Amino acid sequence: MTTEHRAEEMPHSNAGLTRRTFVRVAAASGGSLLVSVSFAAEPNKSREHPAAFKPNAVIRIDPDGKVILTMPYVEMGQGTYTSIPMLVAEELEVDPTLVHLEHAPPSDKLYANGVLGFQVTGGSTSMRAAFEPMRRAGAVARLMLVQAAAARWAVPGTDCVARAGVVVHPASGRRFAYGELVKDAGKLPVPAIEGIALKPRSSFKVIGTSVRRLDSHAKVTGAAVYGIDAKVAGLKFAALAHAPAYGGKLKSMDDSKAKGVRGVLQIIRLDDCVAVVASHTGAAKKGLAALVLDWDDGPNASLTSAALVGQMRAASDGPAAVARSTGDFDKAVASSSQRLDAVYEVPFLAHATMEPVNCTVNLTRDRCEIWTSSQVLARAQAAAAQACGLPAEKVVVHNHLLGGGFGRRLETDYVTRAVQIARHVTGPVKVIWSREEDIRRDMYRPYFYDRISAGLDAQGRPLAWRHRITGSSIVKRWLPAAHRNGLDQETVNCAAVTPYALPNLLVEYVNHEPPQIPTAFWRGVGPTHNVFVVESFIDELAAAAGQDPASYRLGLLDADPRFKAVLVRALESSGWGKSLPARHGRGLSLHSAFGTYLALVLEVSVEDSGAVHVQRVVCAVDCGVVVNPDTVRAQLESGVLFGIAGALYGEITFENGRVQQSNFHDYRPLRINETPKFEVHIMDSDAAPGGMGEPGTSGVAPALTNAIFAATGHRVRKLPVRSELLRT
Amino acid sequence: MPTRFTVNGKSQVVDADGDTPLLWVLRDMVGLCGTKFGCGAGLCGACTVHVDGEATRSCITSLEAVGGARVTTVEGLANQRIGRALQDAWISLAVVQCGYCQSGQLMSAAALLATNPNPSDADIDAAMQGNVCRCGTYTRIRAGIKLASRNLTNGRAIA
Repeated sequence: MTTEHRAEEMPHSNAGLTRRTFVRVAAASGGSLLVSVSFAAEPNKSREHPAAFKPNAVIRIDPDGKVILTMPYVEMGQGTYTSIPMLVAEELEVDPTLVHLEHAPPSDKLYANGVLGFQVTGGSTSMRAAFEPMRRAGAVARLMLVQAAAARWAVPGTDCVARAGVVVHPASGRRFAYGELVKDAGKLPVPAIEGIALKPRSSFKVIGTSVRRLDSHAKVTGAAVYGIDAKVAGLKFAALAHAPAYGGKLKSMDDSKAKGVRGVLQIIRLDDCVAVVASHTGAAKKGLAALVLDWDDGPNASLTSAALVGQMRAASDGPAAVARSTGDFDKAVASSSQRLDAVYEVPFLAHATMEPVNCTVNLTRDRCEIWTSSQVLARAQAAAAQACGLPAEKVVVHNHLLGGGFGRRLETDYVTRAVQIARHVTGPVKVIWSREEDIRRDMYRPYFYDRISAGLDAQGRPLAWRHRITGSSIVKRWLPAAHRNGLDQETVNCAAVTPYALPNLLVEYVNHEPPQIPTAFWRGVGPTHNVFVVESFIDELAAAAGQDPASYRLGLLDADPRFKAVLVRALESSGWGKSLPARHGRGLSLHSAFGTYLALVLEVSVEDSGAVHVQRVVCAVDCGVVVNPDTVRAQLESGVLFGIAGALYGEITFENGRVQQSNFHDYRPLRINETPKFEVHIMDSDAAPGGMGEPGTSGVAPALTNAIFAATGHRVRKLPVRSELLRT
Repeated sequence: MPTRFTVNGKSQVVDADGDTPLLWVLRDMVGLCGTKFGCGAGLCGACTVHVDGEATRSCITSLEAVGGARVTTVEGLANQRIGRALQDAWISLAVVQCGYCQSGQLMSAAALLATNPNPSDADIDAAMQGNVCRCGTYTRIRAGIKLASRNLTNGRAIA
């Protein structure tokens, strides 16, 4: 039984938004202390009733002293399972390596992302969301333990010190381990939050240090459990094949050979998909391969990439929503000395997480239990509930470590599909998508067709700038409330606002949804395609003005000093301006997204054959207060390499209504022999922490193509880079 | 007819079609899930195990091909000095991110160091090119191999 205590709250400001922090403390049965903290982002809301409490940090301290943190932010490589425990450990005064972690169960109420307002890990928001409430939770717990000790000793709390999991009264030498205090602490009134000072940066002992990843051991011994590894008694295994064409349906099936495959238990026929269930995955795949399937390709049978792009091109001439408008573009461009116009295109992209999507389901008449890897566990629960017709309370979902997210696991299609299959299966069934299904039935980063124009004055400075973006809005489907009047901030992120003071600016968006093709968030999201266009075009303007791309940018920067600081640092560290051999070049990119400022200088060499080699990448990053410097370095490199792979090789194309790519031979990843030298310079900053999962990806593509221009004189306006166009 | 082989020193007897990929035998039948499924076509290396000491893609290796063989998976890596040295180096340098590819990376690296205790960058490229990492940990993988190699040579690796 849990005894609830009252919640305290305190308003505080962060970037102009008033937020309220709620704390709830409870004493659980068995004597454990539970501390929950919530961080509601809505401005100016009056004090919420405690029943509406949405904590997103739960710390439990057991009588044996064990500290358990329920993690509302999942671990998909970006290091949350190290950096977030560090926040708690700092204020709670425990060794972060001794904090035990549990994956949070599904609950938008209990585990809402502090920035986005519901249970989700993505958008490089985890540290931004967790930085304050996790520390506050640790501080509240520490204070209550100190008060419990002080009460036992009949001394003032201010005479006691908490450190390394122990409360000490230095004057008398008395001490209690935390475990000995939790029962008493749970009975104390919650301290007034206003009275709790969080440590100043100068006092940090944990935050700011490169605490080694807490999940390394499990991941190097094979002990780490991903969704695909879930073990359930009596498990069956399923392989599936979707209709090859989007919108296709199954006409007929000859399963005579498949039935005869040893280990095959049943064959399930859905409208647009076939699944073979067997006693092990090998038999399921063998059975699937033995099926003779006749598909009706449906309304998209003749869909081609050329047709899709043609539709987008036509749509880009049509009515557009204005994302931002200053001055008068038409008038200003008419009076310019030089006018530049360009079309930029970026392709559909697959996610290709190393762990293909999968979901294990045990469905009975009144209960549904699921094991999967998800960035949106409450959504996964809701999707499963809808697919099986049970209320959400009857759906238990177990999350795991994710073998890559990149936005793929913000979707729940693979959960729905597994439940649809499980409805036909007695007992638990694990549905693993083949790599072919994972690529062909991904939900893609959309194709964007961008028209961009600028007028320059006689000195080459921009007088007018117009950027029209045409493509799918993922937000429209994924979070409809955020898409209004044909527009959402995500799709125009880093286009509407750039590092530059651009006069007479007009940024527009044409919402065009490719027929039947599902689109989804891809690492770097809106900034990824917008920064590519903006940073490439600024480079074009510099060239037209006859100026060095770095000097040109420096002359245009808006007042925010953080842009200049990272730009100057990257330029100095990279040796910008020093001579390079023929067919070598440096390219620059500057942007701010996710609360982080990033300047990249990338050096390429291009062979006479046109083959591109990325030689070196230098980054200067300002991500505010740094929690774990090693994580910042690792995430930057991760994001950059992900973006380089996308820019050099990434492309999903359509023919006969089908995706043409299917596995790593034609959806090519970057490999170890293609890895550039990598340097990171982290700016010292007191600003609020920015996100690090995505900036590397959103910044790198234009640095790469600008470098290719410097090396070859060829301007890349369409990704992926085509080496045949770079031949001498 | 059942197939007999050992996994990490332990005898296994598996009764399944001879063309069953070793990957699924290990994961679904023997119950060792450290070896990962990434592509099913020998293109990504996530499924790498050792068969009689040789790095092998288990997704395209049949059950019958390992009859009578010694199979080592990532779960058995700590039984070997080289394996332990690599694991320690990986932990020390925080190589992993999502970690899904790392079982395969470590198995390929262990096979490399077993035959080439002091590999050059080109040797590392050749041995490790088949192992894909979508998180981009390659720089640290390379550093991890070199650190393990140094520690093994200097006797600083745990015996």
